[in-house]
Order: sequence, then structure tokens, then C-alpha cells
Amino acid sequence: MTLGYLLTVGTFTGIFMILTLSLNILTGYAKQVSLGHAAFFGIGAYAAAILATKAGLSFWAALPCVVVITTVVGVFLGLPSLRVSHDFLVLSTIGLNFIVGAVFRYFPFFGGSMGIVNIPTPTFFGRPLGTAGYFGLTLVFVALAVLTSLYFSRTWGRLAMEAAGEDETAAKAMGINVAKFKIYAFAISSAYAGIAGALWAHYVGSVFPENFGFDRSIDILAMLVLGGLGTIRGAIFGAFLLQVLPEALRVIQDYRMLISGAVLAIMMVFQPMGLLGKGSILHVGFQRAWKAVRHGFGRAPGN
Amino acid sequence: MEFLQQLVFALVLGLSYALIAIGLTMVYGILKILHVAHAGIYTLGAYVGLLVVTHLTHNFWVALIAGMVASGLAGVLIYRGVYYYILRRSRIVPLIVSIGIFAAMNEFYRLVFGPYQHAFPAKLAFPMVITPYFVITPKQLLIIALTAVFLLALYFVFNRTKVGLAWQACSQDLAMAGAVGVPVDRAVALNFLLGSALAGAAGILMAFYRNEVYPTMGNVVAYKAFVVVVLGGFGSIRGSVIAGLLLALVETFLGSLEWFEFPRDAIAFLLLIFVLMFRPKGLFGRL
Repeated sequence: MTLGYLLTVGTFTGIFMILTLSLNILTGYAKQVSLGHAAFFGIGAYAAAILATKAGLSFWAALPCVVVITTVVGVFLGLPSLRVSHDFLVLSTIGLNFIVGAVFRYFPFFGGSMGIVNIPTPTFFGRPLGTAGYFGLTLVFVALAVLTSLYFSRTWGRLAMEAAGEDETAAKAMGINVAKFKIYAFAISSAYAGIAGALWAHYVGSVFPENFGFDRSIDILAMLVLGGLGTIRGAIFGAFLLQVLPEALRVIQDYRMLISGAVLAIMMVFQPMGLLGKGSILHVGFQRAWKAVRHGFGRAPGN
Repeated sequence: MEFLQQLVFALVLGLSYALIAIGLTMVYGILKILHVAHAGIYTLGAYVGLLVVTHLTHNFWVALIAGMVASGLAGVLIYRGVYYYILRRSRIVPLIVSIGIFAAMNEFYRLVFGPYQHAFPAKLAFPMVITPYFVITPKQLLIIALTAVFLLALYFVFNRTKVGLAWQACSQDLAMAGAVGVPVDRAVALNFLLGSALAGAAGILMAFYRNEVYPTMGNVVAYKAFVVVVLGGFGSIRGSVIAGLLLALVETFLGSLEWFEFPRDAIAFLLLIFVLMFRPKGLFGRL
């Protein structure tokens, strides 16, 4: 196992962490289950690829454009959520995978099934980023995503989103503009996904329609559900587990979708809050341990 | 005439959509679960049929019955083994579970049968209809006839038997139905059995018609069946049949237009968005 390999795994894991954080805002906070997250990811990747190869923009110049494009598309694709209740939104997001895939595949502008290749590596002060450099870049973006998520999770916006997701009527009665916060959720979530897509496109160097299919959407959802819906630590941990474990154990790699599917089903039945969500076995265990430690070292009981 | 021939294609396609959508409609009507794994059952029917055809006999009818039985049982298993325990939870839970089961099923088929397409070498003696205006191939005639039989049988069960009455009661109010003595659990299990068997039949019919079976054959179909359920007004069987035919008609005719460059499978999505935006209860839903 070389260092380069580890860095590659690390970079992909980082990209998926950003994606899972992105889905966490939409599904964890706003409770809008999305099975089309790979489509948002793909839109970001294709936007970056086209801006880099056809418009000749550098990674840094293209990144803001990518974010703007994915946000706008996200808002547009979020519009049906205003009229459609939970379960049927999921349907439209499943359809999203097929539509976006079909558009990439059929229109020559997107390279058809040949995809887009020769996406340049980003440069940093004139020097192309190596594997290590790119890993560092990804880490920076993961940190940014975590920090902005943390910030967002402490704002009123997150509370409003959760309220709107839990019970629309009640939220409306409380004076929350449900439509606005749903659209916000889509916008923020797709902006994150766009960044992840740009990172992916520039790292791999090529994009193909099949990179962003239904399977990938299920993968992302499985990561989030495994770690814990609605928690940032869960999103990070879930992405880490489902991305690194298959690399470590080659056996798992062959059963990837089987495991993603089983994770979704089993977790939702037995531990719907995820491994690290509030009230899960691990979380309760950690809290107990932490309490014990504090009691042990802080002040002795009985004093 | 080109038009009539296109109509035949649309009819065959539409009936197959309806056949899959009926099971979904029935489940949604009673349990209010979006049963995504239904598409996995559709594929299961096709694979069981394939096993019978390649290993046992080339007879189509044997394959059909085997596939329907296996699919029906798998449907009941999913209900009794999984959904039964999570019905009271928030609606997001059964939905995600169902998606998970579907993904796992697809992968299971890929691992067991391989990722490639299999041909479906069943043999069937069925007449061919040739008129001056259009031709109905034996396979098309089979689909039309068989679906008609299934639909009539379903209509009979629904409106003339106690089971049908129980289903109607359950779909109106599950708790009330239980309170007045409907064996809810059995009724729902039977609902899954029948709906899943129909999906399995649809899987075999499509496998036979297109002469191909592959692990992800359920993906697009799952999606379209849901579109049909939505168009048909959530839980109305008659609506699903009409909507299935309608979707197939739109697809066939829009798809055959030369200036219409959009991929065919995308039409369902546009239709879905359009309907959901302007008639969120479906085309035939009671508002």
C-alpha cells in the first residue's frame, strides 16, 4: 500500500464526505429524501469539466461559476418539492438521475457517452497540484463544508427547516415560510454537491454519464443513514466507513450495492438514528463513558 | 397505416406499465408506502422465468406460473418480514427501507446471474394477427390477452368477493377496518401476494417480449410505474390502467416525432413534474 494510494482513497473519501454533508442538509434537516443526489453531483462535475475544457477557465475561476450553476439548478429542481409531499418528491428525485443521465448521454454538447476527458489538474501558484496537494485541497474543502454546516446547524434556518420537514402545517402555523426553507435546503445542498462534483472532475480528469447514476445516489444516502441522519458527525463517519472499508476489504468491494442496500434497510429498521445519531447505541455509550471519565477525573463523587 | 401500428405498440407498452403499477397502487392505497422494492420483484419474476426456461422446459406457461408464484411469495415475505414491523414509524422509514431492499435485490441478481443480458428462449404457439392496417405479433397478442385476463380477474376480485371488500375497507381506514373485524393483516398480505404476482408476470412478459433479462431492468420500470400511480391518482386501480395507457401513448407518439430529440424515458419525468405541479392529486384523483 503506497502513500499515493492512501492519498487517493483519502481524496475520494473527502469528496464523499462533502456529498454526505450536502445530503444531510436536504434529507437530515429538511427531511426531503433525495435519491437523486448523484445528479446534483454530476451537474457540478460536468459544469466544472465544461468550464475547464471548453471555456478554458482554471479550477479557481471555474469554482464560483460551478457553485452558482448548481445552486440555480438546485433551486429549479427543488420547485416540485413545494407541491409534492414527501414520498412523491422521492420519486421525482429518482427520475432526476435518469433525466440528468439521459441529457449527458444524448446531447453532443456534454460529450455523449464518450464523456468529457482531459480535464486539467488545478494549479496552485503556477504549480500543478500533485496527489498530496490535491488531498490537501480536498481536506480544506471538507473542513469548509464541516464548518459551514456547523454554523448552519446553529442558526434559526436549520430549526425552521426541521420544523417544515417534520410537520408542514404546524410549521406554517408558527409563521415559518415553508416554501422558502425548502428551496433554501435544495439550494445549499446542491451548492455543496457542486463543489464535490468539481473536485471529483478535476481529480479524475474525466467525466462520464454513468459516474452519476442511481447507484451512486443510493450510496450517498446509505452513507448518511449509516452515520446518522441530521448529524454532521454522522455524515462524516458514514462517508468514511462506506468509502474506506470497501478499500480495506476487497471482498466488500464486489458487494458494494448489496451492502449499501442492506445498510439502508437494516439501519432504518433497527437504528433509524444511525450509528452516531442522538440516542444510538454508540452515542449513548460515548456519553456514558464521557460522564464516567468526567466523574472519575473531575471531582470525586461524594465530595 | 402507420398510426394504427403505433397504437398497437402503445397498447402493449401501456398494459405492461399498468400491470406493474397495479401492485404499487394496491400497496400505496392500503399502507401508504411507496413500495420501491416492487420493481425488484418485477425483475425477480423475469429471472425465475428465465431459470425455468433455461433449465426445465421451454414452455412459456410453466415459466409464467413459476415466476408469478415466486414473485408473489417474495412480496409477502417483504411485507411480513420487514414492512410489518415499521408501519407505525414515520413514513420516511419504510420508504428508505424499501429503497434499500430494492438496491440489494438488484445487486443480488447481478451477483448470481451476472451483469450481462440473458436472452429469454421461451417457446409459445400463439396466433399472429395480420390486417391490412396493422400487424399484431404473437408476443404482442399474448401481452394484450393476458393482461386483459388479469385485469378482468382483478376487477372481479375487487368488486365481487369478500377479499376485495376487505381491501376497499382497509384502503379507506386501516384501523377502522380492523375494528369492525376485517383480518387486516391477512388482507394486506394477500394484497402483496396478488400485486407482486402481477409484477412478476409483467417481468416475464417484458422479458419474453424484448427477449432480454438483466439485473437493472427494474430501474426505469420502477420509476415509470410510480409515474403511472401518480398520474392515476394514488390508489385507484382503474386510474392506473388508464394512466399506464396514456403514458405509453404519449411516449410512443412523442418518441416517434422526428423533431422531438428528447430521450424517450425522460417523457415520463416531464409528465410527472407537470402533473404534480398542477394536479398534485393525480389526473384521476379525487380532489
